[in-house]
Amino acid sequence: MAMSSAVAIDPSGAKPKPLFAPGRVLIYSLLIVTSIYYLVPLYVMIITSLKDLDQIREGNIFIPTLKPSFDAWVKAWSQACTGLNCTGLAPGFWNSVFITVPSVIVSIAVASISGYSLAMWPFKLAEWCFTILLVGSFIPYQVFLYPLVIITREMGIYSTLYAVIFVHTVFGLPILTLLFRNYFASLPNELFKAARVDGAGYWRIFFRVLAPMSLPIFTVAVILQVTGIWNDFLFGVIYAGPTNYPMTVQLNNIVNSLQGVKEYNVEMAATILTGLVPLTIYFLSGKYFVRGIAAGAVKG
Amino acid sequence: MSEVKRPNPLFRNLTSKLAASPMIFIVLVVFVGSTMWTVASSFTGIKTLPIFTPQEFYDNWVGWDQYVRLWNTPRWITSITNLAIYGILYSGFAFVIGFLLAVLMDQKIRAEGVFRTIYLYPFALSFIVTGKVWAWVLNPAFGLEKTVRDMGWTSFSFDWLTNRDMAIYTVVIAGLWQGTGLVMALMLAGLRSIDDEIWRAARVDGIPKWRTYLQIVVPMMRPVMITIFVIVASGSVRVYDLVLALTQGGPGNSSQVPSMYIYEKLFVGALAQGTAASSVLLLATAIILIPWIIVEFGKKSRE
Repeated sequence: MAMSSAVAIDPSGAKPKPLFAPGRVLIYSLLIVTSIYYLVPLYVMIITSLKDLDQIREGNIFIPTLKPSFDAWVKAWSQACTGLNCTGLAPGFWNSVFITVPSVIVSIAVASISGYSLAMWPFKLAEWCFTILLVGSFIPYQVFLYPLVIITREMGIYSTLYAVIFVHTVFGLPILTLLFRNYFASLPNELFKAARVDGAGYWRIFFRVLAPMSLPIFTVAVILQVTGIWNDFLFGVIYAGPTNYPMTVQLNNIVNSLQGVKEYNVEMAATILTGLVPLTIYFLSGKYFVRGIAAGAVKG
Repeated sequence: MSEVKRPNPLFRNLTSKLAASPMIFIVLVVFVGSTMWTVASSFTGIKTLPIFTPQEFYDNWVGWDQYVRLWNTPRWITSITNLAIYGILYSGFAFVIGFLLAVLMDQKIRAEGVFRTIYLYPFALSFIVTGKVWAWVLNPAFGLEKTVRDMGWTSFSFDWLTNRDMAIYTVVIAGLWQGTGLVMALMLAGLRSIDDEIWRAARVDGIPKWRTYLQIVVPMMRPVMITIFVIVASGSVRVYDLVLALTQGGPGNSSQVPSMYIYEKLFVGALAQGTAASSVLLLATAIILIPWIIVEFGKKSRE
């Protein structure tokens, strides 16, 4: 049940062996060759965005330019067109911010409290629902698409920011509840008992005792949700309404709009800009990111 | 006959029940209710207006008609074939490559963090970004094909993106780039959970390393592997954004996937047809889930 042991991904045991033994050379060569495969698209994306159209037409996508320029980035951010709308990606960026921030807060609030109830104050109905939730998390989204249109319409929020926040809360629930339930269950039970003896109730124990010592798990949840929600495309298209389209949708529209000359450098700049937020979070938070994605798979 | 008034059990843990009610609402209404509605609707003839009451379902009932129509639609056959190709190749390769990378990473190497960061960063990117990048790298006019031709091999051809027969395989390439790192990270966590004693015992007995992996470690990791397989395979059933960004389902309809068919039918007035197609995906997922359910819930009942 304990998460820490299940996600032990740190190296352990003896120190690394010398670098130049024959077996070692093979291992490192394989690792480096595969690394190149993973890095090439990122590299190509960056150097393409720094070229102008002539350099792209004449040159080779793998060779960097000697005269890099950020013109394509500026254009992708503020001038690129989708149809007659030439506003660039900027509005999509802000829409994504307005979708992501409340969705992360609401989904984590709902899931952390559900996980707390399941771990510390369990009752039958909640446990059954949790089992359904675990199985339900594998159901393809397509099954829920139309029913969620009906549900959000009945709630009077369809095609607004609230609808997309609701949908992200729904689909974040399985993994996040699991994450919090397992974390709270791994804490020493004496803590909970002592707080009960001192007369603390449900909310007091949550906010005063558990929440302050749960910073790591909240960090994992925030990283998981920010990257997941930022990268969403489908729910944004269906539930947010055209004025709230997130950045991924706008990127797709910009690249697919067929007017005029295809500006590959602008497309690649727009693609990098869209990936920049999750990439930054990923590079800054390596270990927490791994813990988040591993939590779903390696459960107790 | 002194009767102590017992508190109603319904009100025990009342705060906890109230606090968990959003989760209970979401599970019952969204997960259970929606699934039942989708499956039930697939047996009706509804087009644009959803129905709810048993009477309405009775009036609109058409039996298996939607499924018969579905399997007689060439575009659906193309879509489901593509999904099978994508699902099998993606899951298979992600599984094998992910495991091999994890084994390499487990050899007490230097700079492990650097390699892990490199293998896993595509997983932080959206499918739309992944699709757009690969569309550019694989673009025959500018990308790999042109580069190799410019280097002197003028007959070299790599036009999968614009080739009707090969377009779906570009989705596999891009999907693997995005998802293999995840499998690697999960497999590595699984490898690291194997007791060091096992390794020591195998070394004392003089069993070579590759045989220890194949005959001892892999069988021990079976539950983890089944979970990883289910995550990867059930994820591949949902594939949508990646195809949209990479090939738009083209050329023609050649790389269409079921999600595209479903999306279109649901929102252009063929509601029951869309729900029937969704139910097929639901069934496919259920089949994938069986081994996982046996492992997860079998383990609990044995304890």
